[in-house]
Amino acid sequence: MALPELKQTTTEARLASLSLPTGGCLEGARRAAISRVQTTGLPDRRDEYWKYTRPDTFTAAEAPKAAVFDSGEEPMFDSFDRIKIVFVDGVFDPAASDDLTLEGVSIERLADLAAKDIHWSKDIYGVLEARGQSPVERPLAALNTGYATDGVVIHVTGRPSKPINLVYRHQNDSSDAILHHVVKVDSGAEATLLENGPAASRFNHVMEIDIADTGALHLVRAQGRDHELRTATHLFARLGRESVFKSFTLTVNGVLTRNEAVIEFLGDDAIAHVAGACVGDGDFHHDDTVFVTHDAVNCESRQVFKKVLRNGATGVFQGKILVKEGAQKTDGYQISQSLLLDDDSQFLAKPELEIYADDVACSHGSTSGAIDEDGLFYLRSRGVPEAEATDLMTLAFLAEAVEEIDGADIAASINDRLYGWLARRR
Amino acid sequence: MLEIKNLHVKLEEEDKQILKGVNLTVEAGKVHAIMGPNGSGKSTLSYVLSGKDGYEVTEGSATLAGEELLELEPEERAALGVFLAFQYPVEIPGVGNMTFLRTAVNAQRKARGEEELSASDFLKVVREKAKTLKIDADMLKRPVNVGFSGGEKKRNEILQMAMLEPKMCILDETDSGLDVDAMKLVADGVNALRDEGRGFLVITHYQRLLDHIKPDVVHIMADGRIIKTGGPELALEVENNGYADILAEVA
Repeated sequence: MALPELKQTTTEARLASLSLPTGGCLEGARRAAISRVQTTGLPDRRDEYWKYTRPDTFTAAEAPKAAVFDSGEEPMFDSFDRIKIVFVDGVFDPAASDDLTLEGVSIERLADLAAKDIHWSKDIYGVLEARGQSPVERPLAALNTGYATDGVVIHVTGRPSKPINLVYRHQNDSSDAILHHVVKVDSGAEATLLENGPAASRFNHVMEIDIADTGALHLVRAQGRDHELRTATHLFARLGRESVFKSFTLTVNGVLTRNEAVIEFLGDDAIAHVAGACVGDGDFHHDDTVFVTHDAVNCESRQVFKKVLRNGATGVFQGKILVKEGAQKTDGYQISQSLLLDDDSQFLAKPELEIYADDVACSHGSTSGAIDEDGLFYLRSRGVPEAEATDLMTLAFLAEAVEEIDGADIAASINDRLYGWLARRR
Repeated sequence: MLEIKNLHVKLEEEDKQILKGVNLTVEAGKVHAIMGPNGSGKSTLSYVLSGKDGYEVTEGSATLAGEELLELEPEERAALGVFLAFQYPVEIPGVGNMTFLRTAVNAQRKARGEEELSASDFLKVVREKAKTLKIDADMLKRPVNVGFSGGEKKRNEILQMAMLEPKMCILDETDSGLDVDAMKLVADGVNALRDEGRGFLVITHYQRLLDHIKPDVVHIMADGRIIKTGGPELALEVENNGYADILAEVA
């Protein structure tokens, strides 16, 4: 079926602005992905899945400019013992990165795979993304598979002693980055992956995560403070029996952010938590779109998303739990809440449950509200000035999402960042 | 210390008068108790004194050591020395108890133009005071009141009181939800703070708290007014005969 004319033109213009990295074992997957994009076209505002978020600037041939912002602050996770992998405007920076050798894990660059005809990542690259195109199309992710210029390919075989930290730096005000990461976690293996910083003026990010039986991956992301960033991310995770996947994403600032997570339970007794906290002021549009598919018995999924919005900021949540026939004993939980600090801000939520099994416990809730007055009075009655009390109550609102993070140090640094953001706006 | 004159208060949202002319003076060093049936306005009085929204003062005044309270923000009253121990302490997830205490102590010191306590000095004092209230390190670390039992919440209120060293302590039904042992612990905490320079207003339904925190003066409140004032024996009278006799007496 032919695409609508405008969609066709937009898609062709965007594809023409990119060049296909050729060679190696992934070229087939890249070509297949590009043909997916050509079939579906890139998203536009008439697409139901983009009802609340305008995709125009994600699909434009050229990235809108985004000023480079110097916070003068030490980047997050800098004080952690970790393996650091640095990308500047989407380009790997070997000088700024650590040696990538660590026991229990192998780390390679995606760009290096162009020289390899055989590699394990061939079974994952573009494969999970392609699975995630149904029942809802995600053309930006397919575009990423086709044209990603780099990324990391991580194979967790044991229990590495420290986290792997992807550090993004934004130095060029018109940079346009497409990075694609692949993470494979073996049976019994476990790792923590951190991502932080502003990646580029416009950033298209995909991470495909394949966790084998009894494997575990903890992912914590902080998306950078630059104000004009446009970021579209996709996580595709496939979980085996008794595996664990936990992800938390912090977003402060950024003019447009869409974080999609596509989780699929294929083995029994597995656990997946996806959480996010965002704080936005003014020209800020933040969209969490999550799709969890239960296709195994006795799995637990949690979606916990909290948004603090002020001065006309917009928050969006589209979250779905799909429980397939036979996925009995599913425990699905979903909560999305916004704290609206003024009358100009808005929160648009579309929680969905679709259940084809009869012995499951699924719940969802979505609220929009103001600061809890009782808590505010309690703090003020102890002498805490109103502005500071408001900040503490805001942290209290965000706490349920932050508590999804395993690891007190990481949670504390996230809380510090949130408190700093609030304190600067007193 | 605390002087309340002809205080009239109505609800902001509806036309309902709650306090109808309260007169009360609490001297420094004294413990006053207020008893009274449900709906008499006891809790409202505590909220109005500490500055909760939702009430409108239509007449009268309340001063602490000569300073008018009713126009001030809650945090300004706190810095002057007003402390309300809540009947239902509020849970605040994500904010550590210790962080909260230090923020409160230092905010008050700052408001009074005093130097802030250093982290180590603060830690020393808080540990010592927590110990006497049987509050362990874990309770200090946990988010404020989250997952605390009823007794733990009330002990935490007293710990805050001990740390903030207010001039005027108002305890709103601090005995509610406490078993005998927990009540004794809380009462001991309060008694340890009794001091020449400090006044107490203890709001309670029952005599039993007053067995542990011995009041100097007992007031009976009904329908928004203090209807009778006496010594500790008045509390015993209530305990034995209920409020009916007293209400009939003044009617």
